[in-house]
Amino acid sequence: MYVAVKGGETAIDNAHKLLADRRRGNRDVADLGLDQIMEQLSLAVDRVMSEGALYDRELAALAIKQARGDLIEAIFLARAYRTTLPRFGYTQPVDTGRMQVERRISACFKDLPGGQLLGPTFDYTHRLLDPALAGGAAPETPEVRDPDGAPMMRVSDFLGQEGLLEPAPDAADKPVPDDIARNPMSYPMDRDARLQALARGDEGFLLSMGYSTQRGYARSHPFAGEIRIGEVELEIAVPELDFAAPLGRIQVTECQMVNQFQGSAKAPPQFTRGYGLVFGQAERKSMAMALVDRALRATELGEDLTAPAQDEEFVIAHSDNVQATGFVEHLKLPHYVDFQSELNLVRRMRAEVEARTETHQEAAE
Amino acid sequence: MSMQDNDPPLMRVSNLTHMYGDRIGCRDVSFDLYPGEVLAVVGESGSGKTTLLNCVSGRQHCTAGTISYRMRDGRLQDLNALSEAERRFLMRTDWGFVHQNPADGLRMNVSAGANVGERLMAVGQRHYGRIRETADDWLGRVEISHDRIDDRPGTFSGGMRQRLQIARNLVTGPRLVFMDEPTGGLDVSVQARLLDLLRGLVDDLGLSAIVVTHDLAVARLLSQRMMVMKDGQVIETGLTDRVLDDPQAPYTQLLVSSILQV
Amino acid sequence: MSALDAGNEQVIATYNFAYLDEQTKRMIRRALLKGIAVPGYQVPFASREMPMPYGWGTGGVQVTAAIIGPDDRLKVIDQGADDTTNAISIRKFFERTTGVETTTATAEASIIQTRHRIPETPLTAGQILVFQVPIPEPLRFLEPRETETRTMHALEEYGVMHVKLYEDIARHGHIATTYAYPVKVEGRYVTDPSPTPKFDNPKMHRNPALQLFGAGREMRIYAIPPWTEVVSLDFEDHPFEVQAFDRPCALCGAEDVFLDEVITDDRGGRMFVCSDTDHCNRRQAEGHAGEQAA
Repeated sequence: MYVAVKGGETAIDNAHKLLADRRRGNRDVADLGLDQIMEQLSLAVDRVMSEGALYDRELAALAIKQARGDLIEAIFLARAYRTTLPRFGYTQPVDTGRMQVERRISACFKDLPGGQLLGPTFDYTHRLLDPALAGGAAPETPEVRDPDGAPMMRVSDFLGQEGLLEPAPDAADKPVPDDIARNPMSYPMDRDARLQALARGDEGFLLSMGYSTQRGYARSHPFAGEIRIGEVELEIAVPELDFAAPLGRIQVTECQMVNQFQGSAKAPPQFTRGYGLVFGQAERKSMAMALVDRALRATELGEDLTAPAQDEEFVIAHSDNVQATGFVEHLKLPHYVDFQSELNLVRRMRAEVEARTETHQEAAE
Repeated sequence: MSMQDNDPPLMRVSNLTHMYGDRIGCRDVSFDLYPGEVLAVVGESGSGKTTLLNCVSGRQHCTAGTISYRMRDGRLQDLNALSEAERRFLMRTDWGFVHQNPADGLRMNVSAGANVGERLMAVGQRHYGRIRETADDWLGRVEISHDRIDDRPGTFSGGMRQRLQIARNLVTGPRLVFMDEPTGGLDVSVQARLLDLLRGLVDDLGLSAIVVTHDLAVARLLSQRMMVMKDGQVIETGLTDRVLDDPQAPYTQLLVSSILQV
Repeated sequence: MSALDAGNEQVIATYNFAYLDEQTKRMIRRALLKGIAVPGYQVPFASREMPMPYGWGTGGVQVTAAIIGPDDRLKVIDQGADDTTNAISIRKFFERTTGVETTTATAEASIIQTRHRIPETPLTAGQILVFQVPIPEPLRFLEPRETETRTMHALEEYGVMHVKLYEDIARHGHIATTYAYPVKVEGRYVTDPSPTPKFDNPKMHRNPALQLFGAGREMRIYAIPPWTEVVSLDFEDHPFEVQAFDRPCALCGAEDVFLDEVITDDRGGRMFVCSDTDHCNRRQAEGHAGEQAA
């Protein structure tokens, strides 16, 4: 006699026990500490914080450990926790001009007030595997900039003085920003909502979309006006106080792309901006974000829509890796019922074709 | 079908202007279109004729001016005052739009029969057999063989696609059809056959039409009246034979003389 | 306080009843009320990340989380069965985050969350059926753009839906859509019934239960209030038909139910059994038997 499959519950429990075992791996190897992840895999932590949209290094490290190093899974864990947190309010706009800069470069000017500051970068390293690192060699003590140094003026502010660069949008025009985690997204989007979506968008996806604009699919003549990484102060307005209350500092990466623009019916010839801002040290992501932001401003600037990167619905609807991974992977779920329906249909259609063929043969005979 | 002097106009366009930023699309265009009349709009590319067509057919908003249309109940309706729903309804029942590139006006991934039947279904017809019968009848009228009804337009030649697009537009019995270079991109022999067909349909159905073309031969064959446009403005207007045989404006003279006389 | 301070074991205890915070539940309830007020209309809502992946029922889970109370009794099915892995996972999630009683008996449940089926046992007034929806937009595969489909709904431009059905008949001689078969709700909105087989479409029509639909990734909620008119699209001369099976369930002998095909051996042997396990078990308990019953 046939007995319907049961015991799914036990199977799940067993699978999860096995997952925990494989996550731990060989017990003779020391257990990985969250402090080790935070300190030594800090760029992975940064990515989980920015795409998980949750600035908490310790939780991000836990997510990475729990996900066995699968960063999209870790991002998902961070998001699923973050979504349950109550919303207390919105901070004041961050002033990146007052950033405590650790890295700041501009591809537009050879030198500028404050200078080019390389900071901790992979740029100009030779990509040769380093056996010394495998052996745990202690690094030399680096020279660092005076942490209380004067703020560095942004390149965009220099350019803005001459009117060559379009002004940044005025925060006063939209005192309460959109909030894509609280309001349903709808197209067309305002730029604030779009930037939020891009800020937590998948790094790989944005990288490819940004790259496509460089290869002629909506070419935007970009220059890396400035990339700066460092700590900024967060402040929140409290109704009882006359001044904004400081909340603490976070590390961010900001990229301002400066794009040559010939002018159109809607805007005069000038440099336009593409903007990227990401938690932690995430230079590639912030640059890609800035390229895509600029491409998505095509309608606003009166440019022809010719390429995927300019297509807001296409880009934004497919940029979120938590959504994308869920839906792609849901194909693993059972689809017995739908498949059964299709099975019956295909059988019926095959039978009809066979019947027709037989009739033809009989007629021929 | 001849137009009568005492017929009220079907469409009345006054001082229509469309600007692309500082650039002029078309400026201060006025004309009346009478029932059963075919009006040709000619000019070089960039003269504003397509902008004009897009504005009067409701596909593009105009910057200034008014467009009125005589609805089936006889009332003259300002098209700007129509809601989006009313405008779209008008577009899929009482109007047709024939694109230069048939792919812009067809659904390339469904059969010829569905392409013709779509408008019928859009206005609520729900009998498969009757929809198919009507589609079949229309394919015949545009000289497409009946056994092609279940084929997709991708398997059709350029001329057949254009005829299919025309059938798809005419199936709901529209009173006004807009055409944007309907013979553009076709071989000369195919063009002649299509023009013949169009002229026959326009006569049989008593259609009004606005045809945009850069080809004076198309204007000569199809239209009773024509407008010559340059730099966004109308520089000459009149009966087609008169404008072509005795052009008044220097630009029209240049345009007419540039055609090889056969 | 960081969630870590509570220690890993207690993290779940710091979540609210039914996981979502009350602010979020209120937001979802507002969307549900709007959906009920405009039957079949897709209400955008600020869908949250859930602790299960998008595409695995996050929409349905959010709807259930927003409406469930301590006195509810929950049933969760996937493919009609209570014991498929994803149904178990969702049921356990609610057991863990709400502590409510769960059941497999359709008649005893106050809320039934489902993926791909409507139970065979007729629902009654007061019950709520929550559907998990992957793609809420019935026009999506005919027109990929949200901005365009929104306009099409607003203007009731549904001709293209019938173009699809016309093509089916022209090609196959009959309508070849077997699941996610579009319906028109209360004479107004064309709506996706979620990927249930069309066999279940007639059950949606004038159903005494409230039917709620949640699409998490696509951020849409819609509803069919009790006793609402739900009509499957068709042609007058090609009326809507449900699938028919040419044999009864091999275990309980039921006819007029949706059957799953089960491969029983490696020589191509197969049998057909009820997709609705609760219905099948109940019938067997009542003494009905199919040809392969014990």
